[in-house]
Amino acid sequence: MAHFDDKAMPFGNKWMDERIGLNTLKRVLNTEYWIPKDINFLWAMGMVLAATFGILVVSGIFLLMYYKPDVNLAFDSVNYTIMSEVGYGWFWRHIHGVGASIVFLIIYIHMFTGIYYGSYKRGRELIWLSGMGLFVAFSAEAFSGYMLPWGQMSYWAGMVITNLFSGGSLEAYGLVEWIRGDYVPGDAYLTRFFMLHVLLIPLAIIGLIVLHFGTLRLPHVNNQEGADIDYKESAELWKAGKKKESKVIPFSPVFLSKDLFVMGVYFIIFFYLVFYNFEFSMDPVNFDPADGLKTPAHIYPEWYFLWSYEILRPFSKDIGLIAFGIAQIAFVFLPFADRSPNVAPAHKRGLFNIWFWVLLIDMIVLTAMGKLPPTDPVFAMIGLVSAVLFLAMGPLLVLITMFEKKIEKGA
Amino acid sequence: MEQQEEGRRDFMGMALGAWAVVGGVGALYAAKRSWDPLPSVKAAGFTTVEMNDKKENELVVEKWRGKPIFILKKSADMEAHDRDVVMNGSRFHVSIGLCTHLGCIPAYQSDNKEFFCACHGGVFDVSGVNSPGLPPPSPLEIPPFRIDGTKLVLGESGPEYKKMLDAGLTV
Ligand code: HEM
Ligand code: FES
Repeated sequence: MAHFDDKAMPFGNKWMDERIGLNTLKRVLNTEYWIPKDINFLWAMGMVLAATFGILVVSGIFLLMYYKPDVNLAFDSVNYTIMSEVGYGWFWRHIHGVGASIVFLIIYIHMFTGIYYGSYKRGRELIWLSGMGLFVAFSAEAFSGYMLPWGQMSYWAGMVITNLFSGGSLEAYGLVEWIRGDYVPGDAYLTRFFMLHVLLIPLAIIGLIVLHFGTLRLPHVNNQEGADIDYKESAELWKAGKKKESKVIPFSPVFLSKDLFVMGVYFIIFFYLVFYNFEFSMDPVNFDPADGLKTPAHIYPEWYFLWSYEILRPFSKDIGLIAFGIAQIAFVFLPFADRSPNVAPAHKRGLFNIWFWVLLIDMIVLTAMGKLPPTDPVFAMIGLVSAVLFLAMGPLLVLITMFEKKIEKGA
Repeated sequence: MEQQEEGRRDFMGMALGAWAVVGGVGALYAAKRSWDPLPSVKAAGFTTVEMNDKKENELVVEKWRGKPIFILKKSADMEAHDRDVVMNGSRFHVSIGLCTHLGCIPAYQSDNKEFFCACHGGVFDVSGVNSPGLPPPSPLEIPPFRIDGTKLVLGESGPEYKKMLDAGLTV
């Protein structure tokens, strides 16, 4: 039964609680959302990602004030107007560029943390899948944003990536032209990617973040040992004042303060990069205006796409496309390819530990090879071997984990 | 009574649902059409190129529908090919200058007499035929053309072009 206290102070705690259930919300999302004690700074990466996304949105809003989505105006609106005329325009652009690059570094750390501790299975499958949704959405967001300055790399990356949709021998050029709205990337192409970058994909990302958080609430985050914590018991201990004995702490304000500490360190590094070392996030080739009659000597994507680009490159067109397609979706299947019942850190899982490090190193090698021009035969060979190895890692995981011994908990 | 009410509720749900499906399909079609290239883009004109002034072994790049068009007058030592456009006794290689792998523009190297694509290392000879074992899967495409005296009209299909198309020399 609704009951409204006439004497409650407007917008005060009681007044709000009676109208939107503020206390229930706080309890479910903060004070009684339990976080295990046995975790480390890697568990702060999720909140670091959320904060970085926030910074990208804010800096993007300011860029939007002067950006012009038109093939004749875009390049100057960014490189002249925003960079040298708008007060502090360079500041928003450097934040946006550094943020877009660093967010992928943190995403990869966040993903590999999840893989290392087995946080993608036994109740946490949906966390992983919604996370992959975020990865895809962020990739699309980064690519569409890269088109906007309409420099040489924008144009030619757009040309090469949209051509992927011709499907090789399927020769679906109609589909490619449909995506572009033109025979080559042109005005229609720029304005539709502008729409995707500033509205549709950010909306999807916000929805996916809400879903990602939602999928975390019931299984709770994993912990360093993969221990199956009795949350009810531990919560009772905490509430009874036995904070030492309890294995958990409330998300807010206790855990959040730890998150905030890691974020503080992160933002010191982040803004150091924004002010003193932003060049890594801005490709010099993209400071030449787009020219459909001149390909840059060497086309490569931003660093975070290099590993999958390198899986495309060493093969003939059709096989390259198939390999690339597999690489794009491979991580989605992780919760189902890992057949072992163990939720435990990799160093306790025997062969899986080796698998984990081989995967990580292989992706770093692919990234390095992807940056090099295609002409050196030694590097091309290393690239080919790493690409084949990457494709073999999926079946290998199924095999390894099928025979993994069950770890007895509490031992 | 309760049952009757349930039947009426179900009817409302199904009626609205059915119309929503119809509307949804219609909206999807409208969305698809909005992404189509505009008529003005599709009607993008024809390009006429004067061929008389071309020099041997020197690549000329023209623009047609936003795409680069390679025109290379062959010298006597270059092998003839059915893909050549023959005009007044001269042989020309004419193609869309986009690599058939993923669409970069290959560069013409006049000393080796071949096209080299820097993106993933593709190679094409002076007739636009791809070297085997490299990423590009097929020869450079030939744009629709019609011979008009000493001029070449790009975008129109003349008999010489249709013959090449029928012979499977281009797509
Ligand atoms: C880019 C936007 C993302 C945001 C804002 C985000 C946010 C978060 C947050 C706040 C947490 C809880 C704290 C933590 O464990 O770090 C979390 C957990 C998790 N995320 Fe993400 N995430 C993102 C992307 C991803 C991606 C790309 C994946 C991988 C596919 C992923 C997989 C996971 C997993 C498996 C967990 C559970 C960790 C555990 O139980 O220990 N997330 N995420
Ligand atoms: S685009 Fe020419 S080799 Fe890939």
